[in-house]
Amino acid sequence: MKNCFLTLVLAVLAFSATAADPLVFTDPAMEERYNDLTAELRCAVCQNQSLADSDAELAQDLRKEIYDMMMAGQDNEQIKTFLVDRYGDFVLYRPAMEGNTLALWLMPGVLLGIGAIAVFFTVRNRNRRLATERQKGSS
Amino acid sequence: MIGRLLPVIIFLALGILLAVGLKIADHKTEIPSPLIGKQMPEFTLPVLGQPEVMVAHDELIGTPFLLNVWASWCVTCRVEHPVIEELAKSGLIRVVGLNYRDEEADAQAWLARFGNPYELNIADISGRTAIDFGVYAAPESFLVDPNGTIVFKQIGAVTPEIIKEEIVPRVMEWRRAP
Amino acid sequence: MIPELGQVALIGALLIALIMGTLPLIGASSGNQRLMKIGQTGAIAQFLLILTSFVILTWAFIVQDFSVEYVARNSNYQLPMQYRFSAVWGSHEGSLLLWELILCMWTFAVALFSKNLPDDFRARTLAVLGWVSAGFLLFVIFTSNPFGRLIPQAADGLDLNPLLQDPGLIIHPPMLYMGYVGFSVSFAFAVAALLGQQVTRDWVRWSRPWTHVAWAFLTLGIALGSWWAYYELGWGGWWFWDPVENASFMPWIVGTALIHSQAVTEKRGTFRNWTLILAITTFSLCLLGTFLVRSGVLTSVHAFASDPTRGVFILTYLAVVVGGSLLLFAIRAPAMVQGSNFAGVSRETLLLINNLLLVVMAAMVLTGTLYPLLLDALDAGKISVGPPYFGTLFALLLVPIAVLLPLGFYSRWQEDSLGRLLRELLVPGIAALIGGLATAFLLPKAGSWGIAGVAGAFWIMTSCLRYYRQRVSAGRGRRPSRGETGMILAHFGVGLFLIGASLTNAVSSEKHLRMVAGDSFELAGYNFVFEGTRGVRGPNYVADEGEFIVYKAGKRVTSLYPQKRRYANGQVMTEAALDPGLTRDLYVGLGEALNDQGTAWAVRLYHKPFIRFIWIGALLMMAGGFLAATDRRYRRSVTARSENPVADANLAEATA
Repeated sequence: MKNCFLTLVLAVLAFSATAADPLVFTDPAMEERYNDLTAELRCAVCQNQSLADSDAELAQDLRKEIYDMMMAGQDNEQIKTFLVDRYGDFVLYRPAMEGNTLALWLMPGVLLGIGAIAVFFTVRNRNRRLATERQKGSS
Repeated sequence: MIGRLLPVIIFLALGILLAVGLKIADHKTEIPSPLIGKQMPEFTLPVLGQPEVMVAHDELIGTPFLLNVWASWCVTCRVEHPVIEELAKSGLIRVVGLNYRDEEADAQAWLARFGNPYELNIADISGRTAIDFGVYAAPESFLVDPNGTIVFKQIGAVTPEIIKEEIVPRVMEWRRAP
Repeated sequence: MIPELGQVALIGALLIALIMGTLPLIGASSGNQRLMKIGQTGAIAQFLLILTSFVILTWAFIVQDFSVEYVARNSNYQLPMQYRFSAVWGSHEGSLLLWELILCMWTFAVALFSKNLPDDFRARTLAVLGWVSAGFLLFVIFTSNPFGRLIPQAADGLDLNPLLQDPGLIIHPPMLYMGYVGFSVSFAFAVAALLGQQVTRDWVRWSRPWTHVAWAFLTLGIALGSWWAYYELGWGGWWFWDPVENASFMPWIVGTALIHSQAVTEKRGTFRNWTLILAITTFSLCLLGTFLVRSGVLTSVHAFASDPTRGVFILTYLAVVVGGSLLLFAIRAPAMVQGSNFAGVSRETLLLINNLLLVVMAAMVLTGTLYPLLLDALDAGKISVGPPYFGTLFALLLVPIAVLLPLGFYSRWQEDSLGRLLRELLVPGIAALIGGLATAFLLPKAGSWGIAGVAGAFWIMTSCLRYYRQRVSAGRGRRPSRGETGMILAHFGVGLFLIGASLTNAVSSEKHLRMVAGDSFELAGYNFVFEGTRGVRGPNYVADEGEFIVYKAGKRVTSLYPQKRRYANGQVMTEAALDPGLTRDLYVGLGEALNDQGTAWAVRLYHKPFIRFIWIGALLMMAGGFLAATDRRYRRSVTARSENPVADANLAEATA
């Protein structure tokens, strides 16, 4: 985080001209798409922030790049591919649902399934014991 | 019985992972480049100081080179600079500079002050080409083989160790192969 | 001279902790009263020493003694007084001392408020806490000593990170640590019970109030962190699934499962092993969190100055404490199926399912947090796992939890009928339908998750209110017990939280734009008028302060004054301006100046409906936890035995 402040300060010093103007959208749907997309991408410089939040110069450059691509009609998949080709999977906050991250997505479901089976048998066990108990009690 | 040992076993696995994590912690912010093994990105950029002279990427193919991404506002680049100068002087490999997001006057002044070891310096004022190279910090350096393929990327300053371990062996190999 | 005394106090506390860890254990197994009493004396002595140490460090900050390196690194002459206090825990070493202080406070509390515990059990508990403390003190003294001197003395300090110069820092870490560290008590109780083979229903009843209080503090600490990040960092975000946030959330999830499991074990004697393992796991996750923040293993906005050497120390500590206790569990946990049996449809079954869902949720968060590290360690690439993963799976797991929650309320112990349950749930079901439809019509932007969330919230909250009314009438006008009321309050809070969490992201509006003085922009029915900026001066910063007047339907709503601050050490910070409201927040942040004269600015405007519901819901959860901890039955020594435990338990709820 401190590093990112340093970057910002240095950037401000070097470019006493100005930071980039906020991007202008005429289409609110596209603006929302842009906001959602940049929130799902990770800044490579300030790695604790999304591309939407980061003030790093690279983040500003990439946001402009994404804006241009959206204006040119590219869809989210194409934009993500563009970034992944250059910066790798690291920039995606949403891990791919394939390959070596498949286990990540499937784990909770699998664990839940195994747990459900275990719960089922436990409850059945307890239920039977209860029935036996009652039988013994009544006989 | 297994049920009760499960927590310890899980914890053991976790502990091993965390121990390994400690070992690799120094490099945790480095992003490996997806460009390794791929052709260097296409670009056409002006020479630093001579905006009318354009250099295209394919003009650089043929002889291997180290593309060193630097800027006058980059503090670590100053620290790295002597190593780059040594490398260029040794004649091992040619060094091409990519001046990243810089003002021409500042860049020229920097070179005048610290020395210019670069065979060629191209200016990427907008940073667009750097994005194509996957640059996210300065300094970064790309080792490009005679065919124009990126074979190695150094994130951060080039050090004598990196030269010894990564650059020299590869250059020797290229020299051997016709 | 005085800082050195602080160091001496630390060493003294370490010695006492070591003594506390050994002698009472010997005393407990041999029945030696004198040795067992050492646990209590030790707890008092340790607390006094650590308190002294802490006060000395605080004093060094107040008088700005820059010969102490930690003080020089974390404050400077211009730092306002209130932040000099909080700067004590602004960085690694001091925050560890705070951790240790709070641990000693809890230990001291256990020593004080444990008259009703058997001597040997109490002695073992304090011994365990002594070991926990000893390990920590070793860590502090040998790797993270806050009393190191800076020679020659600094002329002025570096300054506290401007992000931390905020009321949030004053309160968030202490409250968080109160919870985090507080789970060491239920941990110690569990280990003590295992050591002494005393895993009884009494044991659970003794640990419950401590668990409730720790859980309540942790809830508060997390809520404060979320709120603080919202107005200080987040551009309107309230949760980022940052590794360190996850590190505090995981113990909270498992702590919640623990509370529910304790309820079953106390009332029915079952789930003993669940309760044990959850108690151990909760605190283990707290220690894991401490490791993650300070070892440099993960990238996080919260990470203290990372140092893998320290990481090795904490990992070893973790291995001993967690590994040791889990091994103890494997060896000593009660083997036989115990406690009363239960039918398929029963409160026990529902709480068992609850345990499972919460554990899976915690496992999901853990996996997501560590997966990038796993792949990196295996050299299988560098990925990121962020809100799209965590948020999606969290929401998916919340669905069955939210749906089953009221069933848990209404179901009876041991055996119940599904038909009866469904009849009880008719009214909440109708309320859920109304809530969902209302959302769909009034807030079309809410989307399916928003609608489902509100429906779920109405489902839960209506059940809570109905259940409360039923309990009042069952008790013939007498109020339900504090335990029950606390439970109802907390679950009601869950409902409120659900409304906020489901709606706010979907229904919020934001706009980033360029504004000059005189410009206005309409967002979600509010008209933001920019009146320009002026320079202001703070105690240790200068700032550009913007003025925004907000109108709604022509009437003036509020004025907002966001700032762009430049601190003495050069750091630049944005201080957003907020108009908080129950049903919506208005939020304005100044970005960068877009021209040299500073007349044009990049501005961010936000309209955030229902965001306060998140924290209000959390506060209700906390209040419920505190209330439940004060229930009368926890102050009794022995559980009354009965021949019909089931009827007793059901009856107890009706009349207590």
